[in-house]
Amino acid sequence: MNIQQYQYCFFGVVKREFLRFLQQRTRLLSALIRPLLWLVVFAAGFRAALGVSIMEPYGTYITYQQYITPGLCCMIVLFNGMQSSLSMVYDREMGSMKLLLMSPFPRPFLLMCKLIATAILSLIQVYIFLIIAQFVDVETPLLGYITAVPAIFLIAFFLGALGLLLSNLIKQLENFAGVMNFVIFPMFFLSSALYPLWKMKEASLWLYWLCDYNPFSYCVELLRFALYQQLNLEAFMVVFISTIFVSILAMFSFAPKRENRR
Amino acid sequence: MSILVENLSYSYGRKQVLKELNFSLTAGFNVLLGPNGAGKSTLFSLLTGLFETGYGEIKICNVDLIEQKRSALRLMGVVFQQSTLDLDLSVKQNLLYHASLHGISPVSALKNIEPILEQLQLSERLNDRVRQLSGGHRRRLEIARALIHQPKVILLDEPTVGLDTDSRGLIIEHVRGLAHELGICILWATHLMDEVSGDDELILLDKGQVRAQGRCDRLCDDNDTKNVFELYHKLTSSVELM
Repeated sequence: MNIQQYQYCFFGVVKREFLRFLQQRTRLLSALIRPLLWLVVFAAGFRAALGVSIMEPYGTYITYQQYITPGLCCMIVLFNGMQSSLSMVYDREMGSMKLLLMSPFPRPFLLMCKLIATAILSLIQVYIFLIIAQFVDVETPLLGYITAVPAIFLIAFFLGALGLLLSNLIKQLENFAGVMNFVIFPMFFLSSALYPLWKMKEASLWLYWLCDYNPFSYCVELLRFALYQQLNLEAFMVVFISTIFVSILAMFSFAPKRENRR
Repeated sequence: MSILVENLSYSYGRKQVLKELNFSLTAGFNVLLGPNGAGKSTLFSLLTGLFETGYGEIKICNVDLIEQKRSALRLMGVVFQQSTLDLDLSVKQNLLYHASLHGISPVSALKNIEPILEQLQLSERLNDRVRQLSGGHRRRLEIARALIHQPKVILLDEPTVGLDTDSRGLIIEHVRGLAHELGICILWATHLMDEVSGDDELILLDKGQVRAQGRCDRLCDDNDTKNVFELYHKLTSSVELM
């Protein structure tokens, strides 16, 4: 196989993911409605109750809407990653996964193509959300939109790989509801998406530790800083290492069913 | 030799489903006949590299499937028992997606497949969504798709399941034609004895073992049976009595 053939394969897999995304118009709608409800309804209600003092990377006092925006962006990426996991389970049940696994290209490359396609879709959805968020008084520095691209891409890659891994653990489509309860909600709520961790520490130390060990918290912080043209090195390292670790596990989980040795 | 299987065994846990299979196939129309649960689908999963076993050897056109899996996969086209089409995409989109998985450009893919689509009467339906196609047309599309990368071997796992008699007849006729025209090896797995013709190369699989292999009419003569129905019952029941 030469580089051009790898290109055809890459664009073929990405195009299919896009076509499928376009077929599911409600997917885009629900991907945007969910965080917008949090931003417009939840954040407005809690604005008065939850004051956020000056903290990095913000140079001054910020509104609660401003604070939760990076968390909501990560929520979009998280849901998209899980949606792609759902579509993998669906593909497996419908049989079309066999086509992908029977391709003569290396399996890690094929899975990588899928992850990149998922990441691009996440990126598009996050930017649509960020544009709409401007109308709800969420101000992001103009350059922040550019510096956030690699951060969103890395986060999307991590969460997509996690979805890929989960898709191999979920044996039936019906079990997907469990992912909502045991993965999405704990990951989101036990993070710095909705409240700063120091506030959590004041409320409960063990909850703080749970949030602190949750890699999703680092996704949120990585994006929060990236939107202000800063690099949170600790967050970057945690997300980067988690991405590599989860990607390797996901690749291994797609190895053919092996019975015994020769 | 298009397909060579030597001492192939496979177990699900403690249950052995394939026992020391040995057979070889050349270009032409070959039938793998066996009842449900005979091990046909497991054998297909092994032949397509979806399962791997440590016992035995599989070679596709002299390429070792375990040692040189990617090269072997390039030589194969497969139609699975369960449809693997994306129902919400068009015929063309499904074909191009498959072509991309084999590193073929959209232009070359459409050029390769044009005569086959014509022959399978699908040319007019390129832009239709797969969901709009009948069961027979979907199967034809899967056959066309399996041919898009110009393989040397085509594996079809019970491709007529769920189709009416006319569609079944048409599909089997098309595939026999393709085997003859393209000079490729076709392995057609089925449990339907009326899909076997006298001049087909037959492998009779039962309870994970090959009971017989050879030209169907010769096997019937050798076993003093009039047709494949009798042959099947004689060979499978004789083993059961042992």
